[in-house]
Amino acid sequence: MAGAKEIRTKIKSVKNTQKITRAMEKVAMSKMRKAQERMINARPYAEKILRTVGHLAQANPEYKHPFLVDRAVRRVAFIVVSSDRGLCGGLNTNLFRAAVRSIREWKEKGVEAEYAVFGNKAVAFFKRVGGKVVAQTSHMGDKPHLEQLLGTIKVVTDAYRSGEVDRVFLVSNQFVNTMTQKPTIRQLLPLAVTAGEEGERSSGGFPWDYIYEPDARELLDTVLSRYLESQVYQAVVENSASEQSARMVAMKAATENAGKIINSLQLAYNKARQASITKELAEIVGGAAAV
Amino acid sequence: MSIHVDIVSAEGQIHAGEAKMVFAPAEMGEVGISPRHAPLLTRLKPGAVRVQTESGEELAFFVGGGILEVQPHLVTVLADTALRAKDVDEAAAVQAKQRAEEAMSNAKSDIDLARAQAELVQAAALMQFLDKIKKRH
Repeated sequence: MAGAKEIRTKIKSVKNTQKITRAMEKVAMSKMRKAQERMINARPYAEKILRTVGHLAQANPEYKHPFLVDRAVRRVAFIVVSSDRGLCGGLNTNLFRAAVRSIREWKEKGVEAEYAVFGNKAVAFFKRVGGKVVAQTSHMGDKPHLEQLLGTIKVVTDAYRSGEVDRVFLVSNQFVNTMTQKPTIRQLLPLAVTAGEEGERSSGGFPWDYIYEPDARELLDTVLSRYLESQVYQAVVENSASEQSARMVAMKAATENAGKIINSLQLAYNKARQASITKELAEIVGGAAAV
Repeated sequence: MSIHVDIVSAEGQIHAGEAKMVFAPAEMGEVGISPRHAPLLTRLKPGAVRVQTESGEELAFFVGGGILEVQPHLVTVLADTALRAKDVDEAAAVQAKQRAEEAMSNAKSDIDLARAQAELVQAAALMQFLDKIKKRH
């Protein structure tokens, strides 16, 4: 019976694991709903500020903001948005792969890169493989707030302003749907803004400009910084929704796999039990025959 | 004659609708905006944004600062959710830098591409392998 007993212990341990993965699946499911809500809630601001920036591109300010000027690229910065925790399938791995591919392309052109990272996983990754990480924020929790992100964003925008880096990319997971998350790399700076059609209509095609109060330079700076911040915030909440849904899917698969393992173990256990009963019977019959 | 008003913050939409007039606490003093106002861009102080709807009702929303954009038929209030002050931002930036320095204290300053790729290829192979096992069952 030694074999059967071992199998029984194993079944028990797999069942315990299954309980954990099932609980994680449920938790991820409810967190995902909230994260998706937060992602949707962030959209109106992003849309409205994009509209404002589009109007700005239509207007004719007397001064060109550095965020809108394309420079020769000597150094680039990557803002990498990852999750704080693992057990969410290939979410972070896929993201880092996309990032590394892009980093290598720039390196081949002789362009050095530096990184600003969000989330524990990216911090750990760059710690392992090296790389100049200039700023990081982790432990943002399930409800990331804009305040938590501002410091890291500012480090990057300051580097851009001072000419230390000439281009800034945002690397994050795009939430397509619950089953699919797509790693994306977008250019943040210089801003690639296309003028909205709306401005064209309201101005009737005449050149116009805003009344700036108090000062065009400062205002443009505020609007464009807010725009950038909203882009990064959007990426962080989107990544958080992606994380929860990836975890939900991964844990669902894990629970199913545990079920399959339990089934096959149960089969083995039954066979072992049957074998031992048969053996015992054979012994009894054999013993009786001997008498 | 009415003007469309959108009040949004980074963490959600606050108000959207038509209005007869909008009052906002601009940095240079409170402004009242009627339809067909000239394009205006200004920063807001913390205070109340008041919206007079077409039915004559007055709605008030508190904003902790932000940006006001006026187009002839459109008012957009981009409210700040975070407390914004130059020195607060500065301090946050310094902290973010410090955190990075601490976390990276014994990491190389140049990315080891070969190592990064090897690690990721391995992880991807593992994922593929797991997928395969799953299908076989």
